Amino acid sequence: MTIRYSKDHEWIRVEGDEGVVGITAYAAGQLGDVVFVELPEIGKQVRAGDEAAVVESVKAASEVYAPVSGEVVAVNDALEAAPQTVNESPTGDGWFIRIRLADKGELDALMDEAAYKKMIEG
Amino acid sequence: MSLNTQGRPTRPEVSADPGAYADTFSGSRGLDQAEPLIFERASFGNTGVDLPEPKGAKTRLGGLERENALGLPGLTEPEAMRHYVRLSRKNYAIDLGLYPLGSCTMKHNPRLNEKIARLPGFAELHPLQPDSTTQGALELIDRLAHWLRTLTNMPAVAMSPGAGAHGELCGLMAIRAALEARGDARKRVLVPESAHGTNPATAAMCGYGVDSIPANAEGRVDLAALKAKLGPDVAALMLTNPNTCGLFERDIIEVAQAVHAAGAFFYCDGANFNAIVGRVRPGDLGIDAMHINLHKTFSTPHGGGGPGSGPVVFSAALAPFVPLPYVVHEADGYRLVEQAEGAARPFGRLKGFHGQMGMFIRALAYMMSHGADGLRQVAEDAVLNANYILASLKDVLSPAFAGPCMHEALFDDRFLKDTGVTTLDFAKAMIDEGYHPMTMYFPLVVHGALLIEPTETESKDALDEFIGTLRHLAERAKAGDRERFLAAPSLAPRRRLDETAAARKPVLRWRPAPPASAAAE
Repeated sequence: MTIRYSKDHEWIRVEGDEGVVGITAYAAGQLGDVVFVELPEIGKQVRAGDEAAVVESVKAASEVYAPVSGEVVAVNDALEAAPQTVNESPTGDGWFIRIRLADKGELDALMDEAAYKKMIEG
Repeated sequence: MSLNTQGRPTRPEVSADPGAYADTFSGSRGLDQAEPLIFERASFGNTGVDLPEPKGAKTRLGGLERENALGLPGLTEPEAMRHYVRLSRKNYAIDLGLYPLGSCTMKHNPRLNEKIARLPGFAELHPLQPDSTTQGALELIDRLAHWLRTLTNMPAVAMSPGAGAHGELCGLMAIRAALEARGDARKRVLVPESAHGTNPATAAMCGYGVDSIPANAEGRVDLAALKAKLGPDVAALMLTNPNTCGLFERDIIEVAQAVHAAGAFFYCDGANFNAIVGRVRPGDLGIDAMHINLHKTFSTPHGGGGPGSGPVVFSAALAPFVPLPYVVHEADGYRLVEQAEGAARPFGRLKGFHGQMGMFIRALAYMMSHGADGLRQVAEDAVLNANYILASLKDVLSPAFAGPCMHEALFDDRFLKDTGVTTLDFAKAMIDEGYHPMTMYFPLVVHGALLIEPTETESKDALDEFIGTLRHLAERAKAGDRERFLAAPSLAPRRRLDETAAARKPVLRWRPAPPASAAAE
């Protein structure tokens, strides 16, 4: 199972031709208590770097960018009723969207766990 | 996603200890009386006015009379009076104490201005009266416009914008109109990282994409980064000077030259004009448009005390696009121009009538009572007071940048390192000491920012008292008195609020308890 990280603090877990996207524990911690999540329509085509979702905490509203290009095939509706899941389980039940990857090559532009860790500590 | 890395706590860490004060039968704390909502206080069957039941009167509502109860609270006149006076006593106001709200000037509103605004000839005007009956009011608008043009050395002014952000919108709409008139559709507006949030919002409202310009280590715009971002696609730069870090943008002339060389316009956010009025004329710096907050620089009531007013001054390049209406002075008197005429190409109008007349009166009264030399001293004293605070606190708080400031002193949260106390906790403790907190966590480029603007209207004694309080609090935080800060405010009408619960489970309206008699009937 491959997990990759963007410089904008999204993670993507690759499962076959698809990838599950969320925000990292570090990002969730910095945001503070998440109070609102806005998810895209299923079927939306996104390019790497496009705004894919919105996450709002008591402190700030931020965009969640698609780390890779593809089609949104599923969204985590449960977040709309329970946005705190993003804080409680950012890399598990707190996932945002599932994307059908348009180009697996794009994953190479993202960081692995060690590189991401180095970035946030730097 | 982009991150806001400011560590502001959003829910109370300690459970609220009610303390000895809360332990009263009535819920009041001495003369700080507890006050419920007016609907909770009221008896719905009561009325404050006793009118006799009309005899033999017929309605002409044709069967449209209300059948169910109106549901308005019934209170006696003294009860209604006390309700609102008690609420007003829970408010903090410039008339109660120093308001150190940096980046949102809150200064004394001279009573002379109020007296002039209440003259019946001004107070009883109606905006639909014919010009022939309002010559004095039009002359006042024209004279205020003249003062604003003179103080800024700019040839044109739009008087109607209703506040600072409305002024920004006015400025950017004029810039867009000027670009469209020359067939030059540009797509981007540049905004520094430290800008007021309204700047990028305004640019987006006008249909532009927003590019952020980083600050340099001194807290000013990075000129090289700005030049790298300028190009044929840039419509405007929006810059605040002095900026939100309380620093004068020293490179502003070079900035203006670079912006103009790229064919773009230079918008200046004039929110901080009170720091330079009478000393610097924005027109001399190469600025194309700038709003002036009459409610900040020119002392009209602000922040719940009155409406804002944000006239915008324009350079010659933008003057033809100034919105309607405006006043012209002709041989037979003053005239309000409401339709485009001559070579003017106004982009439209921003407001139903002519602007905030009540604020125009107060602002002109302020200008005329100070005179040109007095206004210069306003800026000098505002800067002096802020530097007095900066110098008096720099050994216990941590200044965000080296060197003197303009009208506001900016600190970061390094002085709280390892104390377990955050900027928010520190601000809440100020409430217990009887002060409204300063602006905190803004500008975003400074970690845990504390932004203090004392204004020129505070005396040295008032400043010394404020400085003494902040020194005491900083020393308490460093001495390990963490619990006191986490529990603060302990003496306010309400304790620390749980912002997370308020956002996740908001209670947006009061609902009456079901009437006990309903089931019985």
